[in-house]
Amino acid sequence: MNNKTPDSSRQLIQKKLARRYRTEKWFRRLGAMAVLISIAFLGILLVTIVGKGSSAFQQTFVKLDIHFDAEVLDVKNLSRANYPGLVKSNLRSLFPEVKGRRDKKKLYNLVSNGAAFQLQDMVMGDTSIIGRTKSVWVPASDDVDLFFKGKISRDVVESNRRIKDIQLKWIDRLQTENRIEKRLNTTFFTAGDSRDPELAGIRGALSGTILTLIVTLALSFPIGVATAVYLEEFAPKNKWTDIIEVNINNLAAVPSIVFGLLGLAVYINFFGLPRSVPLVGGLVLTLMTLPTIIISGRAALKAVPPSIREAALGIGASRMQMVMHHVLPLAMPGMLTGTIIGMAQALGETAPLLTIGMVAFIVDIPGSFIDPATVMPVQIYLWADSPERAFVEKTSAAIMILLLFLISMNAVAVFLRKKFEKSW
Amino acid sequence: MMEQTEEIRGEKSETRDWEVVSREDRRTVGIPFVDNPRMTCRNIDVYYGDEQAIQDVSVDIGNNEVLSMIGPSGCGKSTFLRCLNRMNDTIDICRITGEICLDGMDIYGGEIDVVPLRAQIGMVFQKPNPFPKSIYDNVAYGPKIHGLAANKTDLDEIVETSLKKAGLWKEIKDRMDQPGTGLSGGQQQRLCIARAIAVSPEVILMDEPCSALDPIATAHVEDLISELRKQYSIVIVTHSMQQAARVSQRTAYFHLGDLIEVGETERVFTNPRHQLTEDYITGRFG
Repeated sequence: MNNKTPDSSRQLIQKKLARRYRTEKWFRRLGAMAVLISIAFLGILLVTIVGKGSSAFQQTFVKLDIHFDAEVLDVKNLSRANYPGLVKSNLRSLFPEVKGRRDKKKLYNLVSNGAAFQLQDMVMGDTSIIGRTKSVWVPASDDVDLFFKGKISRDVVESNRRIKDIQLKWIDRLQTENRIEKRLNTTFFTAGDSRDPELAGIRGALSGTILTLIVTLALSFPIGVATAVYLEEFAPKNKWTDIIEVNINNLAAVPSIVFGLLGLAVYINFFGLPRSVPLVGGLVLTLMTLPTIIISGRAALKAVPPSIREAALGIGASRMQMVMHHVLPLAMPGMLTGTIIGMAQALGETAPLLTIGMVAFIVDIPGSFIDPATVMPVQIYLWADSPERAFVEKTSAAIMILLLFLISMNAVAVFLRKKFEKSW
Repeated sequence: MMEQTEEIRGEKSETRDWEVVSREDRRTVGIPFVDNPRMTCRNIDVYYGDEQAIQDVSVDIGNNEVLSMIGPSGCGKSTFLRCLNRMNDTIDICRITGEICLDGMDIYGGEIDVVPLRAQIGMVFQKPNPFPKSIYDNVAYGPKIHGLAANKTDLDEIVETSLKKAGLWKEIKDRMDQPGTGLSGGQQQRLCIARAIAVSPEVILMDEPCSALDPIATAHVEDLISELRKQYSIVIVTHSMQQAARVSQRTAYFHLGDLIEVGETERVFTNPRHQLTEDYITGRFG
């Protein structure tokens, strides 16, 4: 059978050796190339997003010396007073040469609609300023903001430009008077959605996301872990558990919009829960996250060495004690990994939330699980869809916030894992 | 302790005046039964699915004796050992017939709860398997779940005496809060023994307890077994015939699911009465 001498065998081995090494070298090169390509794409993604979005964290403000006229501001009826009029008259006094309805309208358009609301808030907060004059920084309109950030060029033909020549002149004058400057855009972090880009903020969507994820985590983690433990440790192995297992695996691959429709049919139409609320969003995302948690949880339980189970059973621990005292703590890091993957999926999910109405335009910041809300990916979708050019940078900024949120969520998970793993 | 029956004719004789049983005969020879046994096993058959792993084994385990079980790999000695504290219950396809009694009570009887049973019949495994917890918690776990300790001082005492009995106390008394998995292999195995005796069992089953240990650690564990015999009945499965000879009073030889021969250790190793036993201990196979 084997009639080779040691010498001839060695020659054969030598001959093949070069090929074996060549294959290995190629494999390593391909691997390195794959990594490089992914890093390159990630870099492109980050550079574009940061490049487009970082300007959204600054906002152009205009300084107006507002005279809080006691005649306009009737103390008895402050909420109905003519605040836009205050802004307009101030602008007119800044540029007294402006005449004619059209030009005046252009002048008023330098400043955001939000300026009037800002004045109203100031007066309502402190009535003692009535009758005095105060200089106030109010947000510029989105077009002025874009121009000031250099995103609208002077060289474009006037008819193709959102900022007209006459407005350019006013802006230049404001600049020479130090009445216009870029400042930190706190509105973006404190406000809800708005039709006006300069007034729109991510806070509403962020709160909605946090509330939705709290519901999702609170439901899917305990249910998922309990299911995994039951199926892996207690359920008899028979036809029925096989069917259940196949179904769970299939659920993990069901398109998420289907879960959204299911949630619409069951939670909203059948149980009569309100639309657009984080509670229902969380319930829908729970359905979607559960299979992921169950599957990874079962894998983690399977990975616990049988010797630990035998040790526990061998000194008379009941099945439940074996699982709770020994198996589950050892499986916890793996289960947490699955949970965080599921939560990250839930964080980025848009489709199922559209069907349950979380796509609505909601200005107020949700304070509870049954306040109408939207979530960050939906907010990104809405802004990306808006016609105003200023929303482009807001969209990128929102993506940055979403990524930051994701990273911090993962960091917490890694920390928890390390903590659990430390106990041997 | 053990009464000799007429089966062991010529025990004291120097010359063989009995017939060596031929290889084909699979009936048990020797003295499987003892007076005043701790455990009795009668006509045990074990099946894994359709496959029979053990055929018609009957044997007693005496008080304060070490019974060693030897035999080639796959002969069913570990399977048999695991029947004694119903560890085979965890294997779905495993089926056991026959009767195993502890102090006259059928442990497979309907009214027997397996949880307290395993506290009565402790087990030490082939690979040291301490819990990934502190040394203290490893030993204290059994007493805790069974509610054996009234308070903390009580529990401390149980842990200390168990570790002392296991001969581990001196080595580790200053680092009780360190992980049990950080000990050396031999120490881990003695920790597992301490864990088993912490719940005051009557019988301790050991499944090749020294197969993962070096000779020095093995010597420690063997000394420990001889010491523990004063208080417990011990059944030990081993691949080392020297070990069986050193620690046990009686030896049982298994062959392909049959219990071939049981007898006093010295006699089994010097004057085996079954051809298969002789083949095995003289190294002709296995």
